[in-house]
Amino acid sequence: MKQIHSLLAILLITVSACAQQTESEVKAEEPVALNYTTELVVSDLNIPWGMTFLPDGSMLITEKSGDLILFKNGKKTTIGGVPDIYVRGQGGFLDIELHPDYKNNAWIYMTHASAEGEGEGGNTALIRAKLNDNTLVELEQLYKAGPNTKKGQHFGSRIEFDNDGYLYFSIGDRGNRDENPQDITRDCGKIYRLNDDGSIPSDNPFVNTENAKTAIFSFGHRNPQGMAKNPFTGAIWVNEHGPQGGDEINIIEKGKNFGWPVISYGINYSGTSFTDITEKEGMEQPLFYWVPSIAPSGMAIVSSEKYPDWEGNVLVGSLKFKYLERLILENNKVVKREKLFEDIGRVRNVIQAPDGYIYVAVEGKGIYKIILKE
Amino acid sequence: MKLIIISLITFSSLFIFNSNTNSYKSQDPLKESIERGSEIYTDFCMSCHLPNGEGVENVYPPLAQSDYLIKNREASIRGIKYGQEGKIVVNGKTYNNVMAPLGLSDDEVADVMNYITNNWGNKNEKIVTEEEVFKVKK
Repeated sequence: MKQIHSLLAILLITVSACAQQTESEVKAEEPVALNYTTELVVSDLNIPWGMTFLPDGSMLITEKSGDLILFKNGKKTTIGGVPDIYVRGQGGFLDIELHPDYKNNAWIYMTHASAEGEGEGGNTALIRAKLNDNTLVELEQLYKAGPNTKKGQHFGSRIEFDNDGYLYFSIGDRGNRDENPQDITRDCGKIYRLNDDGSIPSDNPFVNTENAKTAIFSFGHRNPQGMAKNPFTGAIWVNEHGPQGGDEINIIEKGKNFGWPVISYGINYSGTSFTDITEKEGMEQPLFYWVPSIAPSGMAIVSSEKYPDWEGNVLVGSLKFKYLERLILENNKVVKREKLFEDIGRVRNVIQAPDGYIYVAVEGKGIYKIILKE
Repeated sequence: MKLIIISLITFSSLFIFNSNTNSYKSQDPLKESIERGSEIYTDFCMSCHLPNGEGVENVYPPLAQSDYLIKNREASIRGIKYGQEGKIVVNGKTYNNVMAPLGLSDDEVADVMNYITNNWGNKNEKIVTEEEVFKVKK
């Protein structure tokens, strides 16, 4: 009898130690008839983290290592006056985005890892500045998360504006899974919402909550590195990295808890589990989850008439499997997934530009434009 | 009197013995470096190379029993220090990927090198030092 008990115990330990995961129901397939191909438009970039287009068609590109590059008429110029960038682990120069009314106010928004503030290490900062004679001027820091830490993980970050002019940006949990994401009095593991001047909107969800970081818009995130305004609905969509399995797409809503790490479809890198549950009341279910992980970065929702085959599709870069993923949705449910341009390289970012074309940033390569096959 | 002498000897030998073990512990620089390296590994390397250094087939090369790592000490240090890009052959398989510069200081590169070269079946008794990392140029 005793033996049976110890056998059972061993069995139980084995089973719980190697947590079983449910794979994504919809699997990524090779495209059947692909009418598009890629054309390299900016070459020789290392980690082009963020990109945005100026009204004259030139491009601003952030290199994770700390450079801001202006690509104009086929020529790269390094922009001066950039702030001190804390380059460590996943931290560096991150996203860049123009104000929706850039033509009139010239504001450029950027996120980067910064060592400013108390404590060793760094954390994510949001800044804005204007471009004058290839130099950033009138630079203002709008937000700096704390505390600093020497951890290498999960700085986020993406920036997006919604139709009402609010600015959203993400910061990951900074490698402190058990303290940061579920605590609204702490930074990190959050999506933030600010007015364009950095002030806190009076109707942010936690403005009246004691000790809360009032810039928080939603919480319980792990590491969102993709963010896009849905051009059809105006909603803010994000994708975020899970641990081993459990990457997610979420539609952000005010004050909502997206569950990390209380609920997750992922497991520890060691194969053990950190939570037994994937659902809980008061916590949001993802619109989609990836098991196995693709390591998603960048997001675009296609509305351009240049890609009639892809209208309404969600494009997400895969750092891990080196392709661009196309997700086809029906009623906000993923029904089909395709691996586009397999082996193109680690896809860091994807945007639909003002010229209607989709641009894809690939690590170690550069920026590609998606064009019709001849 | 005899008793006092004996107890004194016992006491002092105990003391010597203890201090010896203590100093052994605190003066084994390789062991200490490996311990620090383990934390660096968890923070900076594990999400791709995985907890047991097995990597991901065709995507992230293995560190466990990696012929590349053991035979190319300087190139491995360089890869960790400045980032790695392009084709490398590990245990007969070609990997073509990008590892971004990690932003580690020279002592941290040494620590994580000592950790990965002394784990998962790897063995390297010649400690990697901060000076050695410092000397490795791009």
